[in-house]
Amino acid sequence: MEWEVVIGLEIHVQLSTTTKIFSGASTAFGAEPNTQACAVDLALPGTLPVFNENALRMAVMFGLAVDAEIGKRSVFERKNYFYPDLPKGYQTTQLAEPIVGPGHVDIETDDGVKRRVRIHHAHLEEDAGKSLHEDFHGMTGIDLNRAGTPLVEIVSEPDMRSSKEAAAYARKIHAIVTTLGICDGNMAEGSMRCDCNVSVRPKGQEEFGTRTELKNINSFRFIERAIDTEVARQIDLIEDGGKVVQETRLYDPDKNETRSMRSKEDANDYRYFPCPDLLPVIIDDSYIEAIRDTLPELPDARRARFIDEYGLSEYDAGVLSGYRAQADYYEQVAKACSDAKLAANWVMGELAKHLNQHDTDIKESPVNAEQLGGLLVRIKDNTISGNIAKKVFELMWSKGGSADEIIEAEGLKQVTDTGAIEKIVDDVIANAGKQVEQYKAAEPDKRGKMLGFFMGQVMKATGGKANPGAVTGILKQKLDALCD
Amino acid sequence: MFDKTLAELAAGLRKGDFSSVELTSAYLERIKAEDGRYNSFITVTEEQALAQAKAADASIAAGDAGAFTGLPIAHKDLFCTQGVRTSCGSKMLDNFASPYDATVVAKFKQAGAVMLGKTNMDEFAMGSSNESSFYGAARNPWNTDCVPGGSSGGSGAAVAARLTPAATGSDTGGSIRQPAALCGITGLKPTYGRVSRYGMIAYASSLDQGGPMAHTAEDCAMMLNVMAGFDPMDSTCLNREVPDYTATLNEPLAGLKIGLPKEYFSDALDPQIAERVKAAVAEFEKLGATVKEVSLPRTELSIPAYYIIAPAEASSNLSRFDGVRYGYRCTDPKDLEDMYKRSRGEGFGAEVKRRIMVGTYALCAGYYDAYYNKAQQIRRLIQQDFVRVLEDVDVIMGPTTPHPAFRIGEKNNDPVSMYMEDIFTLSLNLAGLPGMSVPCGQVNGLPVGMQIIGNYFAEAKLLNIAHQFQQVTDHHKQAPAGI
Repeated sequence: MEWEVVIGLEIHVQLSTTTKIFSGASTAFGAEPNTQACAVDLALPGTLPVFNENALRMAVMFGLAVDAEIGKRSVFERKNYFYPDLPKGYQTTQLAEPIVGPGHVDIETDDGVKRRVRIHHAHLEEDAGKSLHEDFHGMTGIDLNRAGTPLVEIVSEPDMRSSKEAAAYARKIHAIVTTLGICDGNMAEGSMRCDCNVSVRPKGQEEFGTRTELKNINSFRFIERAIDTEVARQIDLIEDGGKVVQETRLYDPDKNETRSMRSKEDANDYRYFPCPDLLPVIIDDSYIEAIRDTLPELPDARRARFIDEYGLSEYDAGVLSGYRAQADYYEQVAKACSDAKLAANWVMGELAKHLNQHDTDIKESPVNAEQLGGLLVRIKDNTISGNIAKKVFELMWSKGGSADEIIEAEGLKQVTDTGAIEKIVDDVIANAGKQVEQYKAAEPDKRGKMLGFFMGQVMKATGGKANPGAVTGILKQKLDALCD
Repeated sequence: MFDKTLAELAAGLRKGDFSSVELTSAYLERIKAEDGRYNSFITVTEEQALAQAKAADASIAAGDAGAFTGLPIAHKDLFCTQGVRTSCGSKMLDNFASPYDATVVAKFKQAGAVMLGKTNMDEFAMGSSNESSFYGAARNPWNTDCVPGGSSGGSGAAVAARLTPAATGSDTGGSIRQPAALCGITGLKPTYGRVSRYGMIAYASSLDQGGPMAHTAEDCAMMLNVMAGFDPMDSTCLNREVPDYTATLNEPLAGLKIGLPKEYFSDALDPQIAERVKAAVAEFEKLGATVKEVSLPRTELSIPAYYIIAPAEASSNLSRFDGVRYGYRCTDPKDLEDMYKRSRGEGFGAEVKRRIMVGTYALCAGYYDAYYNKAQQIRRLIQQDFVRVLEDVDVIMGPTTPHPAFRIGEKNNDPVSMYMEDIFTLSLNLAGLPGMSVPCGQVNGLPVGMQIIGNYFAEAKLLNIAHQFQQVTDHHKQAPAGI
């Protein structure tokens, strides 16, 4: 039987406010446990929440970016359940009246599938703390630094039909929130976390299959792998005559499997009700329009401009505009070297390779955009070849410094002096009697391919510094002269 | 000295008749000597009180004293006090010393007040008799076999027994007005949002409001001057100018329109209390007020509505008491669930558990519309009734309670009959309106109170009315036998 996969995502985005959503404590990541939890975050008796307007502004920015209705009246509710890292015994969140209503984003997978994914709504809520199970000798440590960090939870409709689409959607949300500057986008630190609702149904069937929810996935790669694994499990199960049970499952990336966490029967009755400590949030058109005026260029618009202004391919434009820091970096490089395509090749090629290998965010790249631009200028003005440029880049990455400093210090300047090149070419030809004979014996139209050997010898002799164009010309001229 | 009002004590301090240290010491001695009979204090903060009194005397000597400098008061034990146990009348918080001051406490500190200690109360402010306190029932100074009312029963008893000239209270369904009535003192529940709730341990957030309890309306005005005002830490606290409540106490009452709700004078009311209230109303007529009958038809519905909304909010508000971060934790928990169950099971008393269960039930997915939503609808109707009546009259008057103080233990096995004691007070909290209880006589040797209800933010008017009444009557000056 042919199966269709149905996926909906709930994405939690930590907003990059400096203080928490209902208290004045800092939201900075990585502090000593419980040093960024104030009386309100600890839920001391008598404490009360006060809503951080910055979180509201950021949520509205997101809503506008996904073309959503903005809730002019939104209401915080309490979601009641007991957990040690939930200090109040309830999470303050939004349910019936969220800040962001229905919207949508357009996605495209790398194999060219385009789809509009509808957003059901997005709501503001507070993050919980963390339970630490290691190093406490059978006890659990509670770190409440994260408690009260503002989140926007973005709930999609079940509009995605493959794991690739799900990953593309998550990337698009990531691109939007980082472009808006409302989230640092650091998935490893949990700034963006994803719950995937997955079900399968026979192709053509309208009714949805029973879904499972995969919790807390924090990388795009894992989204794809977790969904693929779960889809295979569900299909196997059904084809073996079994039934999918509605439940929450956990994806284990080490074993590449999903495991049951809790079933629907264990589900809490959260007893939602409007939080009496917080007033309904009322905003008007002028508030919304003032925020609209501050929106930066969004990923879709930037992509279109990259195609239009820089002549990039759709694919390159899509990749480069997908992450604000990368898009900013790219534009700086392009400007510095006045060659948009060369800049695109390097940012997506050599730079991306190094960032990946060293697991480094582009914002922390040891080679900044201006420095990379400076390197590309030296390719364009023939000071160095593309191959030497890679060597220079490697040194810039590992040791720092500008391209010019490294070219100078390492003596990598390209040799363009034809006299010097001619002398080396002569030496190479004199020492390669066998290859020269083969060249002479070859059909004239095959000789071009045989230049490679000589070229390599010349480059070896010059340490790669000879201008490849000049070498080719001289080699051809001298070898062809021997053939006459 | 112990019969003096705050206003008189303030005058004495200014004139140098006595120092704050002398005044404070006298009250501390009196608490030590007498409170065994009333159990009105949970904690007495002698050392801190004397230090504050000393500082107050220095500030009086330096000439930079304010109206409240050096005056002793007590705080209901649900106001968080830095470094001092804040128990909320519960075993759950018996070991809890707050690391911060409630806004109300901080304001009194800033005004130079001296805190004598923390007063007894029903556990987590849930009760009308003070019997649910982990520290034992406080007793009514008029008859120590009787309850002082609740939940601010310790504050009521302490003021009535002259162990403190005044105390703070909190009122969720009558918890200031009812003990004030039963103890023969004056109490004011301000408009919801008038006084900050920050640091006042929540029972039912949308109903709780702190307020003053003292001998006279004038003293309540002095206290409200300190307590009222916007607090950026409380989102439900309103940013609205605070008048000088003492400045308008002597406005004449000629032309005042008083409404008497016929539902407040039903069969449920002790006829002797009806008589006392009507006699008080007659005093107002002499002062130039006019009286008419009005109707608050949903008065009876306030009890079921209240006993859905308050427990619902409480069930959530009290979730934080889980034994994880502070407060009571059971010994040797087997696992997390065991720790939750036993910490809460052992830490909370019966009435608190009852209300948590009722509230949890009312918020359950299948019952939410039938209970919580319906109760909120009734709440809006009750509020509309008041708004409509207050378009017609300036204030509403009636009894504070249907009966005088009952005997300790009398209603222990009948929670609903206990809940009925709040029939006249609950609806104000549901509507968010201000109300006062003013002594208006005695029934069988026990004091009873008249309730005065005003429009939103009409505290100045209520205090003015009560003060004028106290200028022509002496009910508020009566003291229990032997005091």
